[in-house]
Order: sequence, then structure tokens, then C-alpha cells
Amino acid sequence: MRLRQCGTNAVLVEVDSLDEVEAVRAALASARLPDVVELVPAARTVLVSTRPGGLPAVREVLASADLAHRAATATEEVVIPVTYDGPDLELVAGAAGLTPAEVVELHTGAEYQVAFCGFAPGFAYLTGLPEPLRQPRLDSPRTRVPTGSVGVAGEFTAAYPRATPGGWRLIGRTDAPLFDPRRPTPALLAPGHRVRFEATP
Amino acid sequence: MTPAEPRVLHSDIASRTPGGHESYARDPRVPRSLTVLGAGPQTLVQDLGRPGHAHLGVPPSGALDAPSLKLANRLVGNPEDAAGLEVLLGGLVVRANASCTVAVTGPHTPARVNGVLRDSPFHLAAGDTLALGAPSGGLRAYVAVSGGVAVPEELGSRASDVLSGLGPAPLAEGDEVPLGEPAGVPVGVDVLVPTPAPDELVVPVLLGPRDDWFADAGGQLLGGRWTVSDRSNRVGIRLTGTSLERAPERVGRELASEGLVTGAVQVPPDGLPVVFLADHPTTGGYPVVGVVAERALPLLGQARPGTLLRFAPQG
Repeated sequence: MRLRQCGTNAVLVEVDSLDEVEAVRAALASARLPDVVELVPAARTVLVSTRPGGLPAVREVLASADLAHRAATATEEVVIPVTYDGPDLELVAGAAGLTPAEVVELHTGAEYQVAFCGFAPGFAYLTGLPEPLRQPRLDSPRTRVPTGSVGVAGEFTAAYPRATPGGWRLIGRTDAPLFDPRRPTPALLAPGHRVRFEATP
Repeated sequence: MTPAEPRVLHSDIASRTPGGHESYARDPRVPRSLTVLGAGPQTLVQDLGRPGHAHLGVPPSGALDAPSLKLANRLVGNPEDAAGLEVLLGGLVVRANASCTVAVTGPHTPARVNGVLRDSPFHLAAGDTLALGAPSGGLRAYVAVSGGVAVPEELGSRASDVLSGLGPAPLAEGDEVPLGEPAGVPVGVDVLVPTPAPDELVVPVLLGPRDDWFADAGGQLLGGRWTVSDRSNRVGIRLTGTSLERAPERVGRELASEGLVTGAVQVPPDGLPVVFLADHPTTGGYPVVGVVAERALPLLGQARPGTLLRFAPQG
């Protein structure tokens, strides 16, 4: 674990894997430090920003954090209903050497975890994607991916909370309310959440 | 929507009313609001933003020159975090539909009530028209109105975020801007000191988190000279000028996306730094060589394209 200075009131915690990112995030989240303003996990880092004077408490928690074992936090499980009729379903099946039905079986059979969010409000990068579905982005990204599209890219799967440009291979779509700024809990998915997908007819 | 159709920004005062019926504490035929007669190049609702949601991909947003918005709010008797208007390069014309106190802060900006120049704070009676001229320097004036702008909150804030689209759309001619009920007492002043708008900024920057991606980051930042580009906005200040060189072992390397703070100086492969402001993306994949001191952010929010900029790096 390396700590990198990030302005006066933030520190970037650098680790070696997504598992260690989740361990750092969970350790800091469960410590519930009153002065922490933002706790932003990413692929190999966790950004912690605080009110003035809040960093010493952060360093203390990090000094005793065990990266090999995740803090036991109560993790919410979210089930997302998906209609598997995406425009790239055949492409993904072909690349994996599977039938579309087998792709659906694999995608719904796995348990995922929100590693981090970014790109757009409520866009959650989910890890736990079965190996055959880990496929590159499209050579040419779409200028508009419709709201609710479910796709795969690299080691991640995700659902688009709003229509944006995007290069993920799209295998389905969901009506789940992924992001609504007027709700008390605006984002359906947040870092640490466990997620499953369920096929709807 | 046709331009002739008035657009009513939904008021959360009405929606808060028990029973769900639209009614107001005062005569419902005289809602507290402003009617937009002209919006200028860009007028946005801003408060102090919605920090604390970056882990959901939500930028902090909020007034770029926050001290000016806080001052304007104090002048009209609002809490400092009430929502006001951030007016880019003047041009805002509004008609008051109820009696209210108004303050205009930021760079020196002429404010006329029914055509007559006024010093802030001042009073508007129902029917009065306020028009802002262009600021003599800088970019953004802040207009606070007693009661505050009362559009609904999204994630605890009324701020318009130009990156994520959260908060109300930029004001347009014909909009009705709802106002809250005044809660405090306006503060009288004799003279307001405008935000300075120097031709050259010297911006203190603390090195890191990725200064090791650059050969002698401190030396390069200290020796470089930049100009604020006209491609700057609320997301960030783009700079033209000295290209920062990566350390030889980092050339062509990629960085996994990581969290960004407001004030981060990110360096894309072309070497020209971008200083992120309030509507910045929550993560980015180019190395951040340093983070500017918080006290410099309001001046950056007021820096016109063409402003000269140097960095004063600190370890």
C-alpha cells in the first residue's frame, strides 16, 4: 500500500489489485470517520478526501487495515432483471464459442460485486464476470447506447444508467431504476454491493 | 418546446405542501419568483454543490467562485449555502414577481434596476426589472435573492452540473425561477470589493499524486508559461503553452483510471495541463502532476481565456 499526496486534504491510496481496493474501501467505510467527504474506489486506488484536519485519522485506519481480508461489512444484494436481446449477444456468443442461451446462463449464474463507479452518475463497474464473457470493447464505439443497456467489456459488466456514447458489447437491457437524482438513494448500485442478473422473458 | 411557451422551473415549495396540492404560503396568485427576460451567454443555478457522492460517479459541482456566492447570500439574509444564479459574462435580465432583496457579487458587474445603476444589496418591488451588464474583468457574477432559488434539490443540491446534467437546465428566456421564503435579515454594506481579475495568475500547486510520471515535475511547473484556453468551462481550465514532459520510463504508459479532486492538474499525452473545476469527472485516466491550492480555485473560475498563468509548485 502506497499513500500519495493529493492536495492538502486528500490522499490517494495505491494498491495492487481490485481485491485490495475493496479491502481499503471497506476498512475506511466501516470506520465511519466523521471528516471523510469522499471515498472513491477505482481500479488500483482509493481516493480519500476529508475536511481540513481529517487525514491523520485516515492514516491511522489505513495503518491497521488488513489487505488480505476484507472488513466484514453488511453488503446489500441487488437483483437486476434483464431482457437478453442485446445487439451484440450473437457477437459475444460467437467470440466465446457458446450459444446465446449459454451466454445468458453464464451471465445470470455469476455473482458480481460493484468494484467502483464512474463515467456517469450511477454507472457501476461490476467484477465477477465469467472468463468466456471477458471480451474487448467494440472496435468502433456507438455514439448512443440506450438507457438500461447491459454490456460487457474486459473484466467488467455494467448497465448504462442513461443514454451515452459507449463501446461495451451489449447483451441485454434492464428497466431497473439505475439512477434517479430525486430518490433518497439515487443510485441503485454503490461500491461493495453484490449483484446478480436475472433473465426476464 | 417552442420559444414562446413559458417554461416553469418546478418549485419545491409547492411540492412540499402537505396534501400534494399546489399552494403557497402567500397569495397563490402572486408566487415568489423571477421571470427570465434574457439569460445572457449562460446563467446557471448554483449553490455549494453536492460533495460526498463521487463514489457514485457524481461530480461535486457548485459555484466556481464560492466565496462570492456566500457573500451575496449573506448580503440578502440567506444562509451561505442557499442557491443563487451564476451569470457568465452578464446579459441576465429578470423581472421580480414579488418584493425581494438582491445582491450581485463577483467581478465588478453593472446592475441596473428599471434602467438605473444600483449598488448591492438593493431591493426589487414586484414588477421591477434587473439587468446585468458584462463584468469589466473576470467571468462570473453571482446573484443572490432573498429566500434563495427554490428549484428542487438533487442529491442535496440545486447546482447545475454541466458534465453530468444534474440540476436544472441553464436558464432560458421565459423561465419562471421559483424563490423560497426569506428567512433572515439582509446585511447593509457601504462598499463591496469585487473579485479581482488579474491579467496573470500565479497558482500555488502541491505536487502529487503522480508527479513521478514527469521528469522534474516541480522544475517543469515552475519554468512553464501558460495561457487560459477558450475551451475552458466549469469542468476544467484548459491551458495552452508549455508541454509537460513525462519521465522517459513513463512515455507511452497507461494509468488505470483513479479518483480526481477539484483543482487536480491533469496532464494528457499532449502535455498541456487541464485544471479541474467543480464539474470535473469523478475519475480520470491521465496522470495528475499536482493539485492547486483551494484558495486559488475562485480566481481560476474567474479567469478569462487569454489570462496568463504560471504555477508555483510546492513539495
